Amino acid sequence: MRVSALPRFWAFIVPIVSVVVALLIASVIIIMIGKSPIEAYTILLKGAFGSSSAIANTIVKTTPLILTGLAVGFGFRAGVFNIGAEGQMVMGALMATLVAINLGSVPPFIAITITLLVGMLAGAGWAAIAGYLKAKTGAHEVVTTIMLNWIATYLSSYMVQVPLAVGSGTPKSPEIAPSTKLPELLTVGAINMNAGIIVSIIAAILLYIILEKTTMGYEVKAAGFNPYAAEYGGISLSKNITMSMAISGALAGLAGAIELTGVHYRFLGTLSGGKGFDGISIALIGQNNPIGIIFAALLMGALRTGSNEMQFAGIPKHIVMIIQGIVIFLVAADRIVRTSMIIMDKKERIAQETKRFVKRAVILSIIIIVSMFLSKEGLWSFLGKFGYYVGKVFWVIELVSLLSLMIVVALYIISAVISLGMVYSRRKKVKS
Amino acid sequence: MSYEDYAVVMKGIVKRFPSVLANDHVDLFVKKGEIHAIVGENGAGKSTLMNQLYGLLKPDEGEIYIFGKKVDLKGPKDAIANGIGMVHQHFMLVDNLTVAENVVLGSETTKSGFLFDLNEARKKVKELSEKYGLLVDVDAKIEDIPVGMQQRVEILKTLYRGAEILIFDEPTAVLTPQETEELFDVMRRLKEAGKTMIFISHKLNEVMEISDNITVMRLGKVTANLKTSETNEVEIARAMVGREVVLRIEKPPHKPKEVVFETEDLWVKDNRGLDAVKGVSLKVRAGEIVGIAGVAGNGQTELVEAITGLRKIEKGKITLLGQDATGYDPRRLRDMGVAHIPEDRLKHGLIVQYPAYYNMILGQQWWYPYSNRGFLNHQVIYETTKKLFEEYDVRPRDINMFGGNFSGGNQQKLVVAREINAKPKFMVVAQPTRGLDVGAIEFIHKTLLKMREQDVAILLISMELEEIFSLSDRILVMYEGEIMGEVRPEETTVEEVGLMMAGKKLEEVRS
Repeated sequence: MRVSALPRFWAFIVPIVSVVVALLIASVIIIMIGKSPIEAYTILLKGAFGSSSAIANTIVKTTPLILTGLAVGFGFRAGVFNIGAEGQMVMGALMATLVAINLGSVPPFIAITITLLVGMLAGAGWAAIAGYLKAKTGAHEVVTTIMLNWIATYLSSYMVQVPLAVGSGTPKSPEIAPSTKLPELLTVGAINMNAGIIVSIIAAILLYIILEKTTMGYEVKAAGFNPYAAEYGGISLSKNITMSMAISGALAGLAGAIELTGVHYRFLGTLSGGKGFDGISIALIGQNNPIGIIFAALLMGALRTGSNEMQFAGIPKHIVMIIQGIVIFLVAADRIVRTSMIIMDKKERIAQETKRFVKRAVILSIIIIVSMFLSKEGLWSFLGKFGYYVGKVFWVIELVSLLSLMIVVALYIISAVISLGMVYSRRKKVKS
Repeated sequence: MSYEDYAVVMKGIVKRFPSVLANDHVDLFVKKGEIHAIVGENGAGKSTLMNQLYGLLKPDEGEIYIFGKKVDLKGPKDAIANGIGMVHQHFMLVDNLTVAENVVLGSETTKSGFLFDLNEARKKVKELSEKYGLLVDVDAKIEDIPVGMQQRVEILKTLYRGAEILIFDEPTAVLTPQETEELFDVMRRLKEAGKTMIFISHKLNEVMEISDNITVMRLGKVTANLKTSETNEVEIARAMVGREVVLRIEKPPHKPKEVVFETEDLWVKDNRGLDAVKGVSLKVRAGEIVGIAGVAGNGQTELVEAITGLRKIEKGKITLLGQDATGYDPRRLRDMGVAHIPEDRLKHGLIVQYPAYYNMILGQQWWYPYSNRGFLNHQVIYETTKKLFEEYDVRPRDINMFGGNFSGGNQQKLVVAREINAKPKFMVVAQPTRGLDVGAIEFIHKTLLKMREQDVAILLISMELEEIFSLSDRILVMYEGEIMGEVRPEETTVEEVGLMMAGKKLEEVRS
């Protein structure tokens, strides 16, 4: 097994490059549906951060995503693939509800703490079942957590329809006691930004400290990288698996409890709404790094909030799904990004790569200009109906070359930046 | 210039990898019909050179001539078409197919166009094996035949594809002394039949025995072209490492003290659930090296894993420092003073994704001062690593480098440094010098002898008889999970131990 000799900051390069490339590709699609990508992205940005209510909305959407991202990311670091964040989130919210509706007489600070702790414990317990099964019998956690997801889903929908049901319409539980509601940091119109974001960020920082500074983190990562060497190094794999799953589940459970106490104030059957599964993509984009996950979750949260605004402007919000999909694809297949990056660490390499880059850019520009001309409406009208398609073909060629040109330029710039960074860090090392 | 007389000529071969120059203007001349040895330290570029000859890698510069004709090898297919065959170190055989099926696999003869003709295949393989005296049972399944015969199947495979030039990549690494002799007989017969052979090896005595000419490589360059009949092991070793090396290490007399480690009637199962260790009893005293000799796969791995807490003990007892330690987990054993240099450093010994400083505390990470109230003390870890890097000459001296980016020899030094730094009372040392070059082997042997003088009890498991002989105070020979006998190195011979490795009990050998 060879480990890439590239520097550590590489971990951040791949997601950033992926986002840039995804935005470029999506912009071509926006052009193809006859809109301006610049306008679309401006609206997207404005929709996500343009006003205080937009920011509040983005942060509310980001909060649970940070936690489920952390849940899955921590699992990855420990070598377990926790697909069950969804179910753990549901169980966390459900158990927290059962407690929270009965905590009316307890002072808020204690009531909130108890509610959140119960949510975490429920998530941890739910996940630990899968961890225990893996440690004892070798049952793969992907299978067991998916099964546990279904159990959690049906259990929760039974709970809101029978024992906890109130009112009519959407099945829901009674509202939780006021003392258990998370305090609001900001209220803009109908949007309450709750203190959950602080809890999530603290969780991310704590997780970072655990992973990077403690013996436990050392052991968890060791088991994730190489279980054989971990066992050799005195790390009990079965203990480690169960514990990692429990921590992962606790984070997902916390996400559920925060959604309950900060947003919905009552348990709804659809409370998690796929946020547990989003955790997988967020962990991937954030490269399983707790701090990276905060940003990845913010990206997803912002895309979602902004997409609604885009929809109003007549640009389908599914563009956002395309962007998301491409980012995840590129991050997961990071070899594509890695191999398209060129390290220009020597003078000859710089000259060689620059020459190649200029050549490609010129060729692509010529193709774009020519096809732009050839795709002009009416140019092929002497061919009748067939001419229309010929024009369209050139139009597609034009767009594809435009896209390629943008990618070529972006990759060249990014490569140059990375190379500079590498040369610089190497020099620094030599000095020290 | 014409290369008509040469089977292989590689001229000015340059192969660059991102961080190293693996071959630096290498010239290799192999005469028709000779056995040509290539020797060199690990990372000297031998395998890179051979991979280019076999078409697996493309040279950055340089030319290759086969039988005087310039060739451009795009892949192994081209190499095979040019009459080159490779006998890999790790056999490329399908375990549950028969010998004949394996030999013809990939170029099967067919009946009426598409039906596999087994009889034709059996006939051809039989003819071939008789022609070159390669004794095989054409109908036996690969999984049922011994390693030596599997290797002959590999050779047959190359011959079946019309190889005139055979590359042997460290072929003796997996063989008993007897099997090695048989292989050499086969090689001599192939030479009589006019085949050309390239023989890659670490083992200088074998090179001296079998080869006609020797090319020595060091750091990607050819440092010597020698005629075997006009050279000796010392000269080769000097060309390999660039300095004189003591091949036989001096072992000062040392009196062992109390028994530190003992097993009684130990039974262990392998991964398939079959008995791998069958009632092994042994004792190791403080200040004593006990060597376990044997061909790979005779239960040594399972024995080591059971002793170090990595594998379940089915039956029997382990006593450590006078205390019953049966079934203890690795953590507890390490706390009691057990260290372990594992046979597979990439699987067990290192976490390749961890930087060197984290690898330097693996198995000790919960010990003070590395860990203080649950937090890692990075400053102490860095300093310890730096100190050990100096002491054990781990190169490069970059403690931030990932474990996987060190060369094999330096990875091993890292593991050895770590395990000795744990100040063990009992040390299990499995294959400590596998794949290492002469310089590193010497260093590790000296280190182990120093541990012995400091009254550490050492259990040494090795497939290298020379290592066992030069280090051990007592030798136990293991065969199919049982101990065939115990001998003292000064009272026995390589032949005697070799016979025990092949399954004869000491009494049978001596009677």
